[in-house]
Amino acid sequence: MGDILVLAEHDAGVPRRITGQLLTAARERGAGAVHAAVFGDKAAEGADRLGAHGAAKAFVWDSSEADAYVTEARTAALVAALQASGADVVLFSSEPFTTDVAARAAVRVNAGIITDAVDLEMDGDAVVATKAIFGGDMISRCRVRPGRPQFIGVKANAFTAQEAGGAPAEIVALDVQLDDTARRASVVDVVEQESGGRPEMTEASIIIAGGRGLGDAESFRLLEELADALGGAVGASRAATDAGWYPHQHQIGQTGKTVAPQLYLGAGISGAIQHRAGMQTSQAIAVINKDADAPIFSIADFGVVGDLHKVIPPLIEEIRKRRE
Amino acid sequence: MRIICPIKRVPDTAAEKKLDPADRTVDREQSDPVLNANDEWSIEEAMRISERDGAEVIALCMGPDEAQSTIRKALSYGLDGAIQISDPALHGSDAVATARVLAAALRQEQFDLIIMGNQSSDARTMLVPALLAEFLDLPALTYARKLEIDGSTLTVQRESPSGHVVVQAQMPAVVSVVEAINEPRYPSFKGIMAAKSKPLDVRDLAAIGVDAADVGLEGSWTQVVDVVARPPKEPGKRVEDDGSGSVGAKALAEFLAERKFI
Repeated sequence: MGDILVLAEHDAGVPRRITGQLLTAARERGAGAVHAAVFGDKAAEGADRLGAHGAAKAFVWDSSEADAYVTEARTAALVAALQASGADVVLFSSEPFTTDVAARAAVRVNAGIITDAVDLEMDGDAVVATKAIFGGDMISRCRVRPGRPQFIGVKANAFTAQEAGGAPAEIVALDVQLDDTARRASVVDVVEQESGGRPEMTEASIIIAGGRGLGDAESFRLLEELADALGGAVGASRAATDAGWYPHQHQIGQTGKTVAPQLYLGAGISGAIQHRAGMQTSQAIAVINKDADAPIFSIADFGVVGDLHKVIPPLIEEIRKRRE
Repeated sequence: MRIICPIKRVPDTAAEKKLDPADRTVDREQSDPVLNANDEWSIEEAMRISERDGAEVIALCMGPDEAQSTIRKALSYGLDGAIQISDPALHGSDAVATARVLAAALRQEQFDLIIMGNQSSDARTMLVPALLAEFLDLPALTYARKLEIDGSTLTVQRESPSGHVVVQAQMPAVVSVVEAINEPRYPSFKGIMAAKSKPLDVRDLAAIGVDAADVGLEGSWTQVVDVVARPPKEPGKRVEDDGSGSVGAKALAEFLAERKFI
């Protein structure tokens, strides 16, 4: 009892940052062994390196079939990894595609499932997860009922990844047999937009967000430049995505994404309740807005009352100077 | 074709939330309940398919008697009718219990497509579309920003963090939609009047064959330990720029350096 299986995220074998964060959380809090499950094309390539973060074994399904079908191929693999590992806790990244996989697997193994945890503590064998609800107005602690497998989704940047200097993880190749149901939804095409090398918004530790105050799509280039100076991602308010100034998948707020980065820097965003519902649990909040009465100032750790078009160019210069 | 749109009654995001001290659930009726925003896109998409291909569109809502005002609001968009699952035992159900109930109701229905919002604004677990598909043993195409139907083949642009993925499945299937999929209409006066007389089929747990022991606060597989209001934030520092930009830029850079972001 008490072993934890971490569902690892990777890009062609290179572990994503969230993977180290999940393994660190599992290692620091769990009483038993920590294992990893790694699926997808080239999954085997970096799996042994997860040992550095504390994974004893890596249950690997290195197959392009994991990427060729929607959700259910990976669901079958997760169930197989869970059974092979003997773990009774699964930690996964609370991002949309992985949450779908975890949801289906939870039903198959009669597990309770919780998403968007920002902190974890142990109460005996039970994981108690802390999460924001009602757009961050309230903080809830919840757990899976005793006697069931526990599936816990964790938000990016809730934990800081720390290597533990462990031995390479023992690779255990999973034999995943897909039936027709696992193949009934297939991936036909993958279309990547130009990211400019910026991190994905939901995983980034720094997010620079822009709103109506930017005035046009072109001004988002300024925001991208600031994001690049800080190594962050770019987000947008609903007003900005509705206006077509930035793609919808970058929308932060009630009808878009919920983010909780280490730094949220909002420019030209007044801070309507629907936007705050997507970002108010960010660890540090800085804002630039020319309207001194904008509600965003009420939740900001630091606010500049000023014109973002005037403030951001010298800010970028200042950041570059300090980074030299 | 028959399309079913699961919908949810949620507290208004702007409303002050009041907790019931007895069971730590939110007193939803004291929180200006409204139709979940993301359900407007699923309803709109279903109506567009209906207008193009002639589908019957039915709303499905799990909720107490009071939820009927939300159901009538959904019907005002032009839907053909609604099913409500209402039972006192449902109070406090988690995402898995909710999906179990919706699935049980759907097993009693003939349908080709289930279209729903990708998230509800209250709990935002984003779990229910995948859970529902799993309980019904159906494929799920979630986070759709574009939906095309050709015969029985569904093709969806699935929004990804870095672009999109084109995915395909055969009907029947579950589709969840994101805001980018369409621009929802406003209900017409005619629609609002017609909604009052649209058929509403109310079922309790016995009628859909779900054991009360599997739902509600006690039957859910997760439980809430405690809920507290987020502590109010200390007011932060504020700097007025002088119009040149440099005063604000310097002060902000100083803050970023203090917090070790530079």
